[in-house]
Amino acid sequence: MNNILSAVLVLGIMGAVFGAVLAIASKVFAVKVDERLPLLKEALPGANCGGCGYAGCQAYAQAVLEGKAEIGLCAAGGAEASQKMAQIMGVEAEAFERKVAMVKCRGHNHSFKGEYEGIPDCRSAMFVTGDGPSACPNGCLGFGTCVSVCKFDAIHIEKGVARVDADKCTGCMQCVEACPRKVIVPVTYNTDIVIACSNLARGAYTRQVCDVGCVGCHLCEKQCEYDAIHVLNNLAVIDYSKCVSCGRCAAVCPRRLISDFNLRTDMDAAPL
Amino acid sequence: MNLFLSLFSISLSAILAENFILVKFLGICPFMGVSKKSDTAIGMGVAVTFVMGLASAATWAVDHYLLAPLELGYMQTVVFILVIAALVQLVEMFLQKAMPALYQALGIYLPLITTNCAVLGVALLNIQNGYSFIESVVYGVMGGVGFTLAIVLFSSVRERLEDCDCPKCFKGFPIALIAAGLLALSFMGFSGFKVF
Repeated sequence: MNNILSAVLVLGIMGAVFGAVLAIASKVFAVKVDERLPLLKEALPGANCGGCGYAGCQAYAQAVLEGKAEIGLCAAGGAEASQKMAQIMGVEAEAFERKVAMVKCRGHNHSFKGEYEGIPDCRSAMFVTGDGPSACPNGCLGFGTCVSVCKFDAIHIEKGVARVDADKCTGCMQCVEACPRKVIVPVTYNTDIVIACSNLARGAYTRQVCDVGCVGCHLCEKQCEYDAIHVLNNLAVIDYSKCVSCGRCAAVCPRRLISDFNLRTDMDAAPL
Repeated sequence: MNLFLSLFSISLSAILAENFILVKFLGICPFMGVSKKSDTAIGMGVAVTFVMGLASAATWAVDHYLLAPLELGYMQTVVFILVIAALVQLVEMFLQKAMPALYQALGIYLPLITTNCAVLGVALLNIQNGYSFIESVVYGVMGGVGFTLAIVLFSSVRERLEDCDCPKCFKGFPIALIAAGLLALSFMGFSGFKVF
């Protein structure tokens, strides 16, 4: 009986003492947290993608609170998140333009300098083979480094080339950062005219190694009435401040590499 | 000199021959859970080392000055859980106030450790082995060092596994479990030695 009593007493007293100590400690060591912080965190999507340049949503919310970061850096949350955050912080939200990632390469049929059988990762392939195993110096390698960094399941390898699902893409641009060849670029969602090629090699060489690479033929440039498309360094480049999306360059391109932002139109059409 | 020798042998056995994870199989949960990246593994290791050292000291004192005189040895497990949980909570609050940088670094790992069986294990083993206070603390800290060693080694193995071309059905946890088994096998090699 005595034994049970002492056991119960010891445990009970210890529990009470610890409870009291913790209660006092929580008062003594209390840290003030700004009440807007949890609200800001709630406004963010919580994917911790790092697209804003901070370690995660918590870190970004903290930075906004301290005035170190601007509102509207969160690509994944989009207009909705920046509006909510602006409301919490009591400032006007700026217009939000949705950006998505796009792979500037149509890639199929491209030939290889040699066979690469190492770690299936673009960065490793670039490192081991000296600028990559593909004959095209700028095209997508298709080992899927971008796929592994995407937290939203929005980029996949199809027919040997990375392809962004623009509806799933939140624009965090982790793939843009990860791509060792810089083939992936940010584009405005719903852009009608994009160039699906990054190749800067001369036309004659491009013609040999790729069926769908820009050969710098200047046909698009001649066709454009608005002076909005130019061939620079053997590659067509669009000036979006002048482009009106008339689509005449797309119609005339012999390699069918001018497309809309989703790269869905004419993807499988044979080159002219 | 004798104390030094016994401490040395305790350290060696805690780190290698009786490694908490790979030989005693205590604390497997964080070993599998937080070993995907080397830097988080190091963070977890440091936090565990810290808590194991602290818990060894506190539980030894509780056992010798409270449980032993009252002949309540059979209550060790429940009392130690209580002591460790309260201790970790207290330390967490203290760190948040006094050392925010360290608190950030240890982050979510501290509360995770509260109910870790490696921590409870070291407290119980200290009493079972009849260690003195200093020996207990050294055993706790070195057990934590052994934990860190194992988890860091394993995390670098797992980072490699990420890039490996392994069969689809083995991807992720299955291959990690196999790798953990092989690592444990290799640590079994140390247990043949007798130090002093």
